[in-house]
Amino acid sequence: MPRLPAPPLPKALQPRPRRPGDDGAGLADSLDPVEAGITAVDWIDERTSLSPGLRWMMFRKVPRGTNWYYTLGTATLFAFLNQAVTGVFLAMYYQPGSSGGAYESVRYITTDAFLGQFVRGMHKWGASVMIILIFLHMGRVFFFGAYKYPRELTWVIGVVLLILTLAMGFTGYLLPLDQRAYWATIVGVNINAGGPFIGPYLSNFLLGGADFGATTLSRFYAIHMLIIPGAIAALIGAHLYLVAKLGTTAPPWLKAEPEKALQPETDV
Amino acid sequence: MPGAFEGETVTRRRFMTGVVMGAGGIATAAFTLPALAFSAGPVFKHEQWTWQPIGPATDFPKDNFVTRVIQIQQGPLGAAGEVNNTLAYVRSRNPAIDTEPEDQYNHWIALSSRCMHLGCPVRWTPAAERFICPCHGGVYDIRGMVTGGPPVRPLDRFYTRFNHARRLVEVGPRYSVNSELRRFSPRYPGEPVDGIGQYLYPRQFAQPKPPPGVSQKK
Repeated sequence: MPRLPAPPLPKALQPRPRRPGDDGAGLADSLDPVEAGITAVDWIDERTSLSPGLRWMMFRKVPRGTNWYYTLGTATLFAFLNQAVTGVFLAMYYQPGSSGGAYESVRYITTDAFLGQFVRGMHKWGASVMIILIFLHMGRVFFFGAYKYPRELTWVIGVVLLILTLAMGFTGYLLPLDQRAYWATIVGVNINAGGPFIGPYLSNFLLGGADFGATTLSRFYAIHMLIIPGAIAALIGAHLYLVAKLGTTAPPWLKAEPEKALQPETDV
Repeated sequence: MPGAFEGETVTRRRFMTGVVMGAGGIATAAFTLPALAFSAGPVFKHEQWTWQPIGPATDFPKDNFVTRVIQIQQGPLGAAGEVNNTLAYVRSRNPAIDTEPEDQYNHWIALSSRCMHLGCPVRWTPAAERFICPCHGGVYDIRGMVTGGPPVRPLDRFYTRFNHARRLVEVGPRYSVNSELRRFSPRYPGEPVDGIGQYLYPRQFAQPKPPPGVSQKK
């Protein structure tokens, strides 16, 4: 495997030439914190060989004309990370009890828990931000023609991620269990039941029975916090792998420049 | 690919590969399939229903509705709190307007408050003598027949009966009706039961069984 060029070290990490009058009485090299850090990283790298992979992922060549629109995918990723982190910690206080426990625990998070209103707000508004960003990202890929060969599979995985994200929005909407959450879920499940032949059974599956019952909320909670996030994380991994492997596209307004070696010879 | 012995059709390497793959597949299926079936179990389980008393016969007029809160599901986990409640609009049968055939289960007309468009709660407006849905403008008359808006079928109903021992009217399981008030097993809102609709949206296994001796189309 050809070795990729190492990126230049930041100035703070570059070795400094010894100054006149410095006889080495200062910190010994082995006690230098920079040296110690490099030694620790080397120790891990020697055993895992992670650094070529990291360099392959982080220091890719990008085409000329790459602009701010290319950051929408990473922005969506960070919106997901925000949802994951705030969601994990909200789960420490939330109780999926449909006879009042859920509403009470959300009320406690919002009004009493230290920083609860902030963390819940990050999760609630972050959900909308993620939906907006994922559609902007999809629009960027579509209008730049970046879904074309050889990136079709990246697009397909992205569409699955979009559907899973919308499913997250649907299942998360019920969890506060207020009037809006309850009736929105009733309407959503009934829309789902409108699919011919399998629609009614899918709705039975979602509700855990014929009607909204004691286990519907815990079912939505399990789907919302375990099943879909796991699938999203795995698919984001596949999506990113393909992005790094195939590279990104140049903006459509840049004309392709044929390589000199490939240009036809002309009579001089 | 030649085998280790003369006439051997499956090499040891292929056999071992097959055994390892097969064992891994069986081990994975051993925990995945039961878990999936476990989560899908409620789809195939008949829900139970008990008759719920809603008051003496004199409570219910012929030309106006009285509301009663009833429980929609009595699962093994017991009451689920307020989410378990639903509203029934109840009146006595009025031979002048109720032309569907009479039997022991419709001396009182108990209409479900769930709109048959997408399941929002409809409200009886006495001045207009109409049920009106706040979500998308579904309108129904005193029999629950659609008179306007997007609903695909008349309001669902509950079986009612008179308990002679307790001298109380009781409400039983829900059923759906088509535009001729023919009884069907309960459907979700938004699923028509006229014409081809009754086949596009088949009977659900999870819905409670109708009371004995009642003709209800599947």
